[in-house]
Amino acid sequence: MFTEQFDRYEWGAVKQGILDKTAADVERALSKSQRDLEDFKALISPAAAPYLEEMAQLSHRLTQKRFGKVIQLYIPLYLSNECQNICTYCGFSFDNKIRRRTLSTGELLTEVMAIREMGYEHVLLVSGEANQTVGVDYFVKALEAVRSHFAHVSMEVQPLDQQDYAILMEHGLNTVLVYQETYHREDYKLHHPKGKKSNFNYRLETPDRLGMAGIHKIGLGTLIGLEDWRTDTWFTALHLQYLERTYWKTKYSLSFPRLRPFSGEETAADRPYGIQPKVEMTDRELIQLICAYRLLNEEVELSLSTRESPVFRDHAVRLGITAMSAGSRTNPGGYVVDPESLEQFEISDDRSPAMIAEMIRRQGYEAVWKDWDQVLQG
Amino acid sequence: MLTIADKTFHSRLFTGTGKFGSSVLMEEAIVASGSELVTVALRRVEVQSQDDNILYHLRHPHLHLLPNTSGVRNAREAVFAAELAREALGTNWLKLEIHPDPKWLLPDPIETLAAAEELVKRGFVILPYIHADPVLCKRLEEVGVAAVMPLGAPIGSNKGLKTFDFLEIIIAQSKVPVVVDAGIGAPSDAAKAMEMGADAVLVNTAIATSADPVKMAKAFKLAVESGRMAFEARLAMTSSDRAVASSPLTAFLD
Repeated sequence: MFTEQFDRYEWGAVKQGILDKTAADVERALSKSQRDLEDFKALISPAAAPYLEEMAQLSHRLTQKRFGKVIQLYIPLYLSNECQNICTYCGFSFDNKIRRRTLSTGELLTEVMAIREMGYEHVLLVSGEANQTVGVDYFVKALEAVRSHFAHVSMEVQPLDQQDYAILMEHGLNTVLVYQETYHREDYKLHHPKGKKSNFNYRLETPDRLGMAGIHKIGLGTLIGLEDWRTDTWFTALHLQYLERTYWKTKYSLSFPRLRPFSGEETAADRPYGIQPKVEMTDRELIQLICAYRLLNEEVELSLSTRESPVFRDHAVRLGITAMSAGSRTNPGGYVVDPESLEQFEISDDRSPAMIAEMIRRQGYEAVWKDWDQVLQG
Repeated sequence: MLTIADKTFHSRLFTGTGKFGSSVLMEEAIVASGSELVTVALRRVEVQSQDDNILYHLRHPHLHLLPNTSGVRNAREAVFAAELAREALGTNWLKLEIHPDPKWLLPDPIETLAAAEELVKRGFVILPYIHADPVLCKRLEEVGVAAVMPLGAPIGSNKGLKTFDFLEIIIAQSKVPVVVDAGIGAPSDAAKAMEMGADAVLVNTAIATSADPVKMAKAFKLAVESGRMAFEARLAMTSSDRAVASSPLTAFLD
């Protein structure tokens, strides 16, 4: 399990190791063809800031070589905003006193049809954590309802046991996204004071359980803003390297969501509409991270959601990103059934999928809707 | 002219359909390449739809489709995908690729051999993507594949003929056509493969991701023709093939 490797590292030492990197370390990292986690430290360090353009050029070339001039498109479909966890940064947090909603199968199909109309073949099913009402049985029903309509079905829900993942895979699940939020054990506790999610190790070992279940793709990431992004993303890279070596038949993708405000009328008084980032990450730094990830790993998919602004997303197309969502709603029923229900966070880019596809085309890239087929998971 | 199974090809350059910036550009590049056999990933095709975008742009009478099983991880999945490809695309030709490793996309020899045997029995024309392993090529030949497709270097790496010495062995002993697939990064790599006697090459990334895919497709066309012509003309011996003794071993006979 990853925990054993993780426990060998001390947050403060890793952070200092990153901050200590020099221009010479960055130049060495840039000149290598295969980069390791020490090189990655240099590339995400403040010392790499003057080398951003060079990193961007390299990232652009490496990404095109592996992935071509294409951007994959996917869309989230929120199943439920019921949640038993308290997460300080999330609109679905248990203590956010707002009407909750879980889609029925009929409502789910209505949403599915709206998404299909937009052209999507890849859907990401999302929910809060409410194991009684939105547990494995519910997910099985949801997967059965959607699987014939999409070429690729991903899920971003609470961590589950290995046998549960095996069941969901039999019902058409291809990919699972599970973000650690932060690899800082103590801060993780502060942000997840209540609910099953407060178990740091159970979450940390979720990709192991997915790998053992033989899942096709796992998405990793941290929520940027909770802690020092450089240290958190280094641990993400460590996690990725461990997983690639252990579960070598599985594909991986990385995300780097930055904290966004959410809605709510009676949110906890000390943090209305979410929390302020503890550590800010500028646009320049996010680009630095995207390029550093690509320079570390030529094969990993890098995904960018509608949390980011139109200008940022337009430029990220050529810098290392391989997948994007568009036209997203972050509330259950958000497309048709109940557009006004509680959303998880506010999106920044509200352009339609057609507009995003056109933006991608204008840059000489192809917007790819289908890059999987259920038949391949025999 | 190259014959594989029931088809004859004027062009020894096979191409792919992935990684292009647009389907229009893909079509123009493939036409410019002169290629008559184009591989298409089943995962990218809208098999249920009558107007799939990729297939629409491949509707030229001289173009034959070679569906591939990219994405499958074992023989069972490959056989399943093959049946779907035959039904959906109306061809029994198949580029059999089983790479359980999504990072380097290196082929699994054990699963590939098992799948090839089963698919040949089911009436498919099988072109397996494999490592440049001469023994595996003979084993595949024995189960009835129509050609073998050993790699020059990992898919999409553009590193050229890293497996040169093993390709030489494969070409020397193969009874079925040898198509060098994967890793060919420049027209000179393609020419080199043809000069050494490969029957054809398959090129995708090097064309699709170049700054001018149409021009690059033409460059590959010329390189493949040139390399083949050189092979047929028989290359002159290089000086390193001949030992020139400075202290003759046979001088004592004089």
